[in-house]
Amino acid sequence: MHQAYRYQSFPFVAPPELSSGEVAHHPLIVIGCGPAGLAAAIDARQHGIPVLLLDDDDTVSVGSRGLCYAKRTLEILDRLGCGDSVVAKGVGWDVGRTFFREEEVFNFNLRPQTGSKRPGMVNLQQYYLEEYMVKRALDVGVQIRWKHEVTAVSPHDDHVALTVSTPEGSYQIKADWLIVADGARSPVRAMLGLDVEGKVFMDRFLIADVIMKADFPAERWFWFDPPFHPNQSVLLHREADDVYRIDFQLGWDANPEEEKKPERVIPRIKAMLGDEREFSLEWVSVYTFQCRRMRDFRHGRCLFAGDAAHQVSPFGARGANSGIQDADNLIWKLKLVMDGRAPLRLLDSYTDERGFGADENILNSTRSTDFITPKGPVSQTFRNAVLALSRSLPFARKLVNSGRLSVPSFLTDSVLNTPDSEPFTGDMVPGAPMDDAPLLKDGQLVWLIDQMIGQFQLLYFCEDASAVSVGMQRQLLGLHETSIPITTLVIAQRGSTPGLNVLLDHEGLAFSRYDATDGTCYVIRPDQHVAARWRETEVSRIVAAVARATANFVEE
Amino acid sequence: MSLITEPNFHEPGKRYFRDFSPGDDFYQLLIDTHRDLSESQSAMLNAKLILILANHVGDISVLREAMQIARQSTDAH
Repeated sequence: MHQAYRYQSFPFVAPPELSSGEVAHHPLIVIGCGPAGLAAAIDARQHGIPVLLLDDDDTVSVGSRGLCYAKRTLEILDRLGCGDSVVAKGVGWDVGRTFFREEEVFNFNLRPQTGSKRPGMVNLQQYYLEEYMVKRALDVGVQIRWKHEVTAVSPHDDHVALTVSTPEGSYQIKADWLIVADGARSPVRAMLGLDVEGKVFMDRFLIADVIMKADFPAERWFWFDPPFHPNQSVLLHREADDVYRIDFQLGWDANPEEEKKPERVIPRIKAMLGDEREFSLEWVSVYTFQCRRMRDFRHGRCLFAGDAAHQVSPFGARGANSGIQDADNLIWKLKLVMDGRAPLRLLDSYTDERGFGADENILNSTRSTDFITPKGPVSQTFRNAVLALSRSLPFARKLVNSGRLSVPSFLTDSVLNTPDSEPFTGDMVPGAPMDDAPLLKDGQLVWLIDQMIGQFQLLYFCEDASAVSVGMQRQLLGLHETSIPITTLVIAQRGSTPGLNVLLDHEGLAFSRYDATDGTCYVIRPDQHVAARWRETEVSRIVAAVARATANFVEE
Repeated sequence: MSLITEPNFHEPGKRYFRDFSPGDDFYQLLIDTHRDLSESQSAMLNAKLILILANHVGDISVLREAMQIARQSTDAH
């Protein structure tokens, strides 16, 4: 096994505290070198925060594990500086085929919305994602300590104290803030005696990473009750490097240790491939899963992210994708609080917004689970009736649920939003994750999403940029001088204004996606969600919306 | 009016951002309605549900079309 990927072992380096005995004090410590912890660490560094990242292991994820990375995640990874490597190595796909018993009942095409930089979904083994993120983290100056296991946590009003155990002894360390991203079993959560609520699903799945030379197209194939694995489901995905990922549903009574043995796994795969195709096993695991979350993701100065804060079933690729979105939501808020530019309660919106995301993920993955593994005869009958009707009836196809693939949350109920006061059509409501669009900058094609710089920004739409009045120019430039700077992007149909960053909407997609008219403006948060919008641009309203989006202003 | 076979689930006052959400809302409601019933109780619930919904639809030509589709695709197996 392990032929497709060479696992690098990161060296343990004895920290200075071991010999000095001093208790160092850090602004931010992140625990856990998985996708959520790495995203948080990179983002924090990009905001200028010194970061110490601790991991109890010395390598990346073993086995493919997290597999599908969604468009929103790719956009965040772009902002974090690792999107290109993930997309270059990953396998793009948009066709999904659904089989019921012997035959294909229907297929779908995700047809990634044209006019966006990133596709709907890219498949890549988690070890590659982590490798690229580790490299990026080191490039931006994250200090990573491998083989450093946190063995005690002591929260205080103004700091958190940790005991860290290493191969050469243990030491004490302190942090102003602690981000806990140490995975589903979260030892730190247990040390703090915190609960995580939810349910365990009574089912087991076998995952196999298989290396083979096959001419299967890069598609997602999902079987309900196939002849080669009766009464259960099977999922096939293409990964990078001729690796295929196969998930077999086993049922609760399966014995995990027995099922992992090659003599059990190989016949299953042979039955599925149905021929004498050569393949080799790269990695095998048996998993069961839970859907649960912590009630609060912040406990004093300890902030929980990723699987440590919430877990979902794997259907729908909502694990690593949501962990990365946690970091995206958290870090800009933490930076403002650390700088004293926003009150502590801004961090409560992290629990509100990402808790909402976690609930949505749990709801969707629970529904998928209930469809894939019906809980009783009547559920099974309805499920099979939907599949049978899906051959011919469009409405039934929409009901087939083999996993609702990860999409970002519309944070429409967030207290950080300024509610609309004028009518708009389309989906770019306050709280929406912003839509991308192709634009021209100095005659070159650029993407709107790439113009976002991780700070508050104003999208100012106008027909003719040359016609922007001197007074308006001065006001827009003045927004950059406020205590929380707001940088303006002018999106125009034509013209230019010296001193302002003007992008031309040559295809008209930005205007239509944002339902913009001459003078419309949008306030965009550092995590690329819409905070406010109006048909007319007024500085006082913009400043008030940013105050609200940073919890600096609360309505009486 | 003829039988609607395109996705048609929706709820007044509710805004959906994902096309699968209204159908998933319905399906969960359906499965939850059967929770903790025996097989014969579920069969009875289904029969009642069909009668109530058939009366709501009212148009017998639509009901005939629906019954024919359901019957044909069941005969085939």
